[in-house]
Amino acid sequence: MTANKLLKIIAFYALVAVIVIFSIFPFYYAIVTSFATGTALFETNYFPKHFEWANYRQVLGGATFPRNILTSVFVATTTVVFALFLAVTASYALARVRFRGRGLLLMTILAVSMFPQIAVLAGLFELITYLGLFNSPLALILSYTIFTLPFTVWVLTTFMRDLPVEIEEAAIVDGATPWIIITKVFLPLLWPALVTTGLLAFIGAWNEFLFALTFTSSESTRTVPVAIALLSGASQQEIPWGPIMAASVIVTVPLIILVLIFQRKIVAGLTAGGVKG
Amino acid sequence: MTASTTAIGRESGRSLQQQRRNAAILFLAPMLIALFCVAAWPLLRTVWFSLTDTSLNNLYGGRFIGFDNYLRVQTLSNGTVRYKGTLVDPAWWNAVWNTVRFSVVSVVCETILGLIVALVLNAEFKGRGFVRAAILIPWAIPTIVSAKMWAWMLNDQYGIINDILLHLGIISSKIAWTANTDTAMYAVLMVDIWKTTPFMALLCLAGLQMVPRDIYEAAKIDGINPVKVFFRITLPLIRPALMVAVIFRMLDALRIFDLIYVLTPNSAATKTMSVISRENLIEFDKFAYGSAQSTLLFAILAIFVSLYIWLGKVDLSGEAG
Repeated sequence: MTANKLLKIIAFYALVAVIVIFSIFPFYYAIVTSFATGTALFETNYFPKHFEWANYRQVLGGATFPRNILTSVFVATTTVVFALFLAVTASYALARVRFRGRGLLLMTILAVSMFPQIAVLAGLFELITYLGLFNSPLALILSYTIFTLPFTVWVLTTFMRDLPVEIEEAAIVDGATPWIIITKVFLPLLWPALVTTGLLAFIGAWNEFLFALTFTSSESTRTVPVAIALLSGASQQEIPWGPIMAASVIVTVPLIILVLIFQRKIVAGLTAGGVKG
Repeated sequence: MTASTTAIGRESGRSLQQQRRNAAILFLAPMLIALFCVAAWPLLRTVWFSLTDTSLNNLYGGRFIGFDNYLRVQTLSNGTVRYKGTLVDPAWWNAVWNTVRFSVVSVVCETILGLIVALVLNAEFKGRGFVRAAILIPWAIPTIVSAKMWAWMLNDQYGIINDILLHLGIISSKIAWTANTDTAMYAVLMVDIWKTTPFMALLCLAGLQMVPRDIYEAAKIDGINPVKVFFRITLPLIRPALMVAVIFRMLDALRIFDLIYVLTPNSAATKTMSVISRENLIEFDKFAYGSAQSTLLFAILAIFVSLYIWLGKVDLSGEAG
């Protein structure tokens, strides 16, 4: 091995190390901070030195944060189930049936998923107050449909396009109606795609901020991101960094575990939503 | 096969097609109705509000005032002409400039860094799976959480970033990253690039993996410089995937709200179109004025996307391929 080659290998692994450190460090540091209380918080420790659960106790023992978590879980789950329910049949039609204007319809759906949410904020605000849903989880489920539904339709369509045509032909020869084809033939094949799409839509709904901030007004109806953003201390000047970091770790760890478990599927789903052509 | 059986076959084929098309309409209807209710209708209402003087507390009391929220020309009694409305509002143009600056810089940086990370992940080495898992972490963290995490790391007094930079001798005194108007935009860019480079990297990687390996082998045998291989072979081949990834990120960047709202609240140096629109809509009780600004944002995005797809010949639907 020449010195030149060795140098190249070292440079490569140095780059790898930089990438990994940059990716992981901020969250690692949030965990370190979440275990520090009082003056220990202001020491700038690179390595964990304190292990106190006080911040976690404060956040989870509080009156509102556990409720915020429940609200977030409820809102995100309902949104995803609703979106998947509508998306399965719609994407079958878009992926499997040739009809005029299909390309245009697909582009419209993609356009909606890329909508600047602020553009519908005023109209949605009116709709939600008209329906009497302001400050209720239903307002969020309704508004989240604007990005979860087009996204799930789009990704499921790309997945469904790839299913072999022979299976469907066989079913048609056997006299299956489109409804039977979807529920009995395609759905069992689509489970992995449904899990991926559902998970990605769940993450989107779980992280959403603009609608959650605008359509809720009381502490107990907030979702987790809004609660964390507006978490305040005893006084205006004093930002409770310890509890904020504890709350952040609590809501992020489940996501990271899910993402790591479904790694491959998520990458496939993301790229199906992004690159296809 | 006789002529009559083919005719029957065609006949039943047509009715089958018809049956499938009818089913398709039925299958699409619920989704289309839902999208109409949450997207098209609210958008139309927003546009309508922008042409009225509606206020937040009285959504139905607005009068039609034409384009006054956008631009109103007033001729005063002494003959001087005054212009009012969003289109002559310096705060709005500041927000437009912030948004454009943020989007261009962040997307360019993310694309370059994303490509580098993707090239690393496309190479075969020990621990590749681990690195791929690691870069998914910033992507998985909610934006608000990453904003708070970085706000803490960028804290002027106790932040670790200042500590590191001081120890490395890069800065001589602590910087108030998020509060200082000169550095606020850098802070926002830093967090956004950190958070979204993984997405870019994964999309680039998907593009790279479609490039057949034997091309590299052939180039290697011919002794072509790897840098040349990248610019002459790899880049043109992944260009379609890259173009799609860039438009997705660009649209995301142009509508950014949450990161800026949380990381640098009320800073004119970072306020984007989405932030200023919401401020007027909800907080300042200028509902119609905010509607006009969000309508403008929508129009700008629509024009930008159309131009991009048209000029870049991007195939988003995948129908062609």
